[in-house]
Amino acid sequence: MSEVDWFPLLLSLRVAAIATLITTVVGVSGAYVLARFTFPGRGLIEAIASLPIVLPPTVLGYYLLVSIGRNSPLGRGYEALFGRQLVFTWQAAVVAAAIASLPYCLRTATAAISAIDAGYEEAARVAGLHGTRLAFVVTLPMAGRGIIAGISLAFARALGDFGTTIMVAGNIPGRTQTMPIAVYDRVQAFDYATAGVLAAVLAGVAIVVLLGVRRLERTAL
Amino acid sequence: MSLTVDVRARVGEFHLDARFTLPPGLTVLFGPSGAGKTRLLRLIAGLDTPREGRIGLDGAVFDDVVGKVHRPVHDRRIGMVFQQPYLLPHRTVLANVALAVRDTDRTTRRDRAHALLERTDTTAFAARRPGQLSGGQRQRVALARALAGEPRLLLLDEPFNALDHPVRRQLRGLVRDLVDRAGVPTLFVTHDTDELAALADSVLHADQGRIGDITDVATALGPVPDR
Repeated sequence: MSEVDWFPLLLSLRVAAIATLITTVVGVSGAYVLARFTFPGRGLIEAIASLPIVLPPTVLGYYLLVSIGRNSPLGRGYEALFGRQLVFTWQAAVVAAAIASLPYCLRTATAAISAIDAGYEEAARVAGLHGTRLAFVVTLPMAGRGIIAGISLAFARALGDFGTTIMVAGNIPGRTQTMPIAVYDRVQAFDYATAGVLAAVLAGVAIVVLLGVRRLERTAL
Repeated sequence: MSLTVDVRARVGEFHLDARFTLPPGLTVLFGPSGAGKTRLLRLIAGLDTPREGRIGLDGAVFDDVVGKVHRPVHDRRIGMVFQQPYLLPHRTVLANVALAVRDTDRTTRRDRAHALLERTDTTAFAARRPGQLSGGQRQRVALARALAGEPRLLLLDEPFNALDHPVRRQLRGLVRDLVDRAGVPTLFVTHDTDELAALADSVLHADQGRIGDITDVATALGPVPDR
């Protein structure tokens, strides 16, 4: 067993944290819109946003690679803005993890918001609340447990992503090699001892996070 | 001027046709269930939109289908109590009432909320969550919240339906008192003749979606309706 390199763990935590932040903002506001407004194309949006659940991660990664690659409009825009390419950087890993985990947050939060008796919002609207204040004072707190559950699922999914990440961020040790990829990499090199340590740490971190979230869930309301 | 309603609305097979001007004081909207009472209240509050007609209050137009006017719910300054209290479970009783006070100053909101808790005899529960209150106490708080925004109109939709008879009687007295003190025209929905007799200044009749006849209490309680 070679000396264990902890870079992948730190990278994974950073990628998953930023991805979860993005997922939370996009997923929860998206869930609010999907649960509380009817508009043409809503079903299609829901279906597309759920694709990451049903597509193989590598297929998702392929589409993502095509969409943010150096020859794509998004990739070119990023390059013009930041002076470097997006693919095969740790930021690309964030994009991969965010998109792969979005539906878990979006779907859970949509279900939680839909389950609230509309009477609470109606009573609050009559009382003078509207817009974002209505959302932050009434709807989101009442769906709090479901939203927290969705965010924790998204974090777990972001932390564990392999296929999508390796497609768009690659496997560059010390730069884009996240934990799951490092485990795969070590196994490929027959270094089962290191792989075992990394796998156990990843599993441990996931359990600790989920336990913490459960605690939070219980005290949320 | 008060509230003037002249609307037609349809929900599935149900047709609502309401034309009346609300008298001052407390008007009981009376009729069997399924007569369109709740429907009408939802239209007045702006929670639903009429298919045809106008709703106005004190010169302000709430709805005008021809003129494409639909004033948003939060902007109507109406106080409403539903059959269920619908108090926010994650906020204290005081916060629930303070949220409805239309003032930007925090202290003013709290002071006014406190005053209303006093008036509805719920000061003791100010720091509690609604889940720790009895049904009657919760409806008292809902009444306080309905008055918090200094409403121009009160809509009470069978607010005591889920409560026991002794509690209902107590709350009737409270409603009567609150309405008299606030001087706000009030529409109180019920199908209970006791409630009607105890509360009504006048009676607005609802019958299979047709709402418009206004009578005094004696006529409403009379032996045989002449219709």
